[in-house]
Amino acid sequence: MSLVARMRAALREYAGAALILLGLLVAWQLVCDWAGVPVWLLPSPLRIVAETWKLRAVLPEHILATLWAVLGGFFLALASGVPLAVAVVYSPLLRRVLYPPLLMLQSVPKVAIAPLLLIWVGYGLSSRMIVAATVAFFPILINTATGLEAADAELLDLTRSFDAGRLKVFWKVRLPWALPYLFSSLKVAITLAVIGAVVAEFVGADKGLGYLILTSAGNMQTALMFGALVLLSLLGMLCFYAVVWVEKLLCPWYLPSGEQKQAR
Amino acid sequence: MSPSPSPGTPAPAGAGLLAARGLAKRYATRAGADVLALSGVDIDVAPDEFVTLVGPSGCGKSTLLKLFGGLIQPSEGTLSFDGRPLERPSRSIGMVFQRPVLLPWRSVLGNILFPVEMLGWRVGDYLEEANRLIALVGLAGFERARPDELSGGMQQRVSICRALVYDPKILLMDEPFAALDAMTREEFGVELLDIWTKRRKTIVFVTHSIPEAVLLADRVVVMTPRPGRIVREIAVRLPRPRSLAMEFTPEFKEHVETIRALIHGGLRGRP
Repeated sequence: MSLVARMRAALREYAGAALILLGLLVAWQLVCDWAGVPVWLLPSPLRIVAETWKLRAVLPEHILATLWAVLGGFFLALASGVPLAVAVVYSPLLRRVLYPPLLMLQSVPKVAIAPLLLIWVGYGLSSRMIVAATVAFFPILINTATGLEAADAELLDLTRSFDAGRLKVFWKVRLPWALPYLFSSLKVAITLAVIGAVVAEFVGADKGLGYLILTSAGNMQTALMFGALVLLSLLGMLCFYAVVWVEKLLCPWYLPSGEQKQAR
Repeated sequence: MSPSPSPGTPAPAGAGLLAARGLAKRYATRAGADVLALSGVDIDVAPDEFVTLVGPSGCGKSTLLKLFGGLIQPSEGTLSFDGRPLERPSRSIGMVFQRPVLLPWRSVLGNILFPVEMLGWRVGDYLEEANRLIALVGLAGFERARPDELSGGMQQRVSICRALVYDPKILLMDEPFAALDAMTREEFGVELLDIWTKRRKTIVFVTHSIPEAVLLADRVVVMTPRPGRIVREIAVRLPRPRSLAMEFTPEFKEHVETIRALIHGGLRGRP
């Protein structure tokens, strides 16, 4: 397909959705303008843009603070979740030892343990990363463990007939087999890391989009609050699509079922 | 345990390349009951022999093949390979399954070279051999294709190449053509015989198709179920090289009739 044809196809595909969204925004603007909705209750879209734009000098700092917390938490979760999954799959003892406390940790609302973490680690980027990691970590552990055990039984029989070492079977069969499982958990984990970062910023931070939301709410700057929310969701989307992009790069043989048709 | 022969158990010494004596395999079902999958099996496979195991489902032919592959351990009896007890998988014994079981992220070439990597040999030394096998099974031009871009028959060809590339002495094939359509299947049988003739291998081949068993084999081992056991071994009196046209000869039909009678007679004969 030529570039032009592809762009035209994309336009056809997304034009309808874009038009509807635009229509909703216009309707929102008109309701705010004509019905005289108080600005502290529901600011109009243009008002939100204007109020947010006023802060353009400090916004990058807030965005970056949140971004680092999200990415740090995400990679922390990845770096701890995958090795733990390997440990749990290969050692029944470790599984029995690790699962109960991890399940307990998972069951506690992270908002409830965030203050404790702040006491232990201090107010700083690292504590926000850790809170984000605790939120994002669990699906990575569970999915990777499932994926490592999902390798085809006959294929594993075959590797036994080659008399291959366990390490080799791990690198050449089990780990690549688990990659699609890992990535499906990473897509969940990255969005959870955003939630975790914001939770941490709510509990204690001096910058970040979560902090911005909290302070603007305190000052009844509703428009700014909306602006921060929009930026936050854009940040989350961007991170999500970055994961999808890496997945396509690393697992070209695997396409999530919904994308199969388009690829063919 | 010492390998000295005890009364009642024939000595495994002097037997074929693969030898089984008094082999039995019991499985525990989830309900806790024992199922006797295989009972009292004595069998010898000579070097370079093509043996087919034929029988209805549940006759333990796949179990026997897994035992030969060292993938499972017998409940009773002894197994030997080249005069030595067979207790674990051997690098000299290759396997082909009913499904291709390829690595979905690897190309055709990568899948065929997979055993070489797992065995810790130099991949470069086997590149030429892999390419020759690819050409032999008619997959030239598909070296870089991934399994999901191939048909089922093509995938199975890849899995056969994968079993041949590291040149194991023995090939254990568990219904390797079962997933293929009838025409491709016959074609594959003749291709396999061609490979077997050119490379001198010992093949133990499981199938539930009686004509396929007769066409391929030097010897057909007929099995019946519950418990799985060998009822007769039939030496096939057909000249080599075999061709599909032989299916119309009286000898061929006679073999097929004998085997069919053994299997169905065996089924009817049970209480």
